Amino acid sequence: MENCLRQPVVLLQVWFSVMIGFIMIPAMFGLSLGVTSVYIQILVKILEWATLRIERGHRERSTLPVPAPLPFGLIQREGGSMEQEMGELRRYRTQSISRGEFALSDSFYFYIKGLESIVDDQVTQRFSSEELVSWNLLTRTNHNFHYISLRLTVIWGLGVIIRYCVLFPLRITLAIIGLTWLVIGTTLVGFLPNKRLKNWLSELVHLMCYRICARGLSATIQYHNKENKPQKGGICVANHTSPIDIVILANDGCYAMVGQSHGGLMGVIQRSMVRSCPHVWFERSEMRDRNAVTSRLRAHVAAKTNLPILIFPEGTCINNTSVMMFKKGSFEIGGTIYPVAIKYDPRFGDAFWNSAKYNMVNYLLRMMTSWAIVVNVWYLPPMTRREGEDAAQFANRVKSAIAHQGGLLDMAWDGSLKRAKVKEEFKEQQQKMYSSMVMGKKGRNSQEHLFCIHHSCVVNRV
Amino acid sequence: MGSTNSTLSKIPNVEELMEETGFTPAHIVRLYDRFEALDKEKTGHLRPQDFGAINRLAMNPIGDRIIGAFFSPGQETVDFHSFVRILAHFRPADKKHPKDPSMPEPVNSRTSKLKFAFQLYDQDKDGKISRAELLQVLRSMLEMQVTEEQLESIADRTIQEADLDNDDAISFEEFRKVPLGRARRLTYQHGPLQHSAPRILSQPHRK
Repeated sequence: MENCLRQPVVLLQVWFSVMIGFIMIPAMFGLSLGVTSVYIQILVKILEWATLRIERGHRERSTLPVPAPLPFGLIQREGGSMEQEMGELRRYRTQSISRGEFALSDSFYFYIKGLESIVDDQVTQRFSSEELVSWNLLTRTNHNFHYISLRLTVIWGLGVIIRYCVLFPLRITLAIIGLTWLVIGTTLVGFLPNKRLKNWLSELVHLMCYRICARGLSATIQYHNKENKPQKGGICVANHTSPIDIVILANDGCYAMVGQSHGGLMGVIQRSMVRSCPHVWFERSEMRDRNAVTSRLRAHVAAKTNLPILIFPEGTCINNTSVMMFKKGSFEIGGTIYPVAIKYDPRFGDAFWNSAKYNMVNYLLRMMTSWAIVVNVWYLPPMTRREGEDAAQFANRVKSAIAHQGGLLDMAWDGSLKRAKVKEEFKEQQQKMYSSMVMGKKGRNSQEHLFCIHHSCVVNRV
Repeated sequence: MGSTNSTLSKIPNVEELMEETGFTPAHIVRLYDRFEALDKEKTGHLRPQDFGAINRLAMNPIGDRIIGAFFSPGQETVDFHSFVRILAHFRPADKKHPKDPSMPEPVNSRTSKLKFAFQLYDQDKDGKISRAELLQVLRSMLEMQVTEEQLESIADRTIQEADLDNDDAISFEEFRKVPLGRARRLTYQHGPLQHSAPRILSQPHRK
């Protein structure tokens, strides 16, 4: 009885270790066996087939047009300024907008805008996952697709088995190995006294571990414009979609991390990392004092041999369709800023961490049971603050550059609006604009100025 | 299969709701997610404060009135069904279905929409917009930007134009006659799955 069980178990163990070896060893040296690219190509073919099948299924099923899976939310916005839209509402009246005067239909404009914001609002939309036009065979992105055919269900079932039984254990093992090696390696390196050797070894250890972790997520990363990679003594700034961003960026270079010091497992990792090269970890109490934070970061940057700092100025995870307003704190430190744009390919797995919906462990489990993570990273040329430019304007400039490169929408909304209340000023602005329409054209210049503000507040959909 | 079904099963009487309002399952799920996002304390009901947390609504000069439209007189909370029913007024009218005089007026016809807008002005629900009620709306939209006299003269002029039976108030019939342009309404993305979908899934761009 025991012998029967022994054989397959041994076989399984051998197979497992061989696989791990195959994946880990090339990873440590930054090489690739090319297996992942083949895997991705096969995946793409299967997903294309699945989409065509779904389309066909829908056509056969009904003659009514099929509602598309709401890629831009529930509301079809026609966009347009307050003046344009009120003009539309008043169109058949004998009085036109230019004569001023009130019309009963004017209130409809506000009414409609109000209802739109109840059903869906731009800010909250940024914080829910991107909706795909096609289905990538993951249950989580299945919004509109009902049972189509047996074949599709079978493929989906196979997909589940592969993802949970084959890929998942592999990935967990790799992740554990990666993290353990990080802790051990950095602690060992920490004992060395020699500066140069220590730095070199610590970089090696860090790179290796992050590479193993990246393999543990089946991440395929494409780096563009490597000549702009962040240098020592600079600050690296990137848009934030998930905690994995750190792994993604650290695969290609070493950064000094900035963050809160945690307890537990994270704390162990953090403390051991600090032993081999200087990172900046803050206590919770220190974080509230902006000046203390800024001065510590400044000191780190000033020492030109320190690794570049990695900062995510949005302050929170955004769903990777746009870039929210950058907090200006990071831009007050001085030094050279190296912007980086990160764009995940949503076809293979949704990398966005909705911290309201899922906690960290849940999120990591979801990541590890997705098909793969395909990322594009663009390094942008370094920027410094110009004469007469304040921190906020500089932040906006960097943000536009990142959004433009990554193909993301450049939003003026503040990521923290997700949790805060809005000011009375905005309401007054609306009233001012409306009153200038109704009361006649006094002061054209001020009106133009107001429209500019209006446009930056009301983001018109492309 | 899929998460849509699991969300739908959480909602009681969902078929009835879809029948009544004409929303598709995907829309209902979306609205349910929105409802849950607004219902921060997870009570299953929304109170006026929950609406107040929506930033864009707080910015809106007539935001309070819009919130009021969701609550029937005396009610302090609104549940998901009422929420959806009210929003259903703003679905685009179904052009395909012929007007069947025996059926009750569909919930999203032009008349229903106008009635809803009428109630925005007519807060005491007596079927007429009085001068005072009109002044109230004007005041919220213009607040401190104009003087009281200017507000009153606007109100007088408006009533003069629209009031046909000279009772110094605007009834619903008179309200309807006020010519409107193509009234913008909430519409939902409709259309077959794009034929260009396979192109989206083409090879990832490699350098």
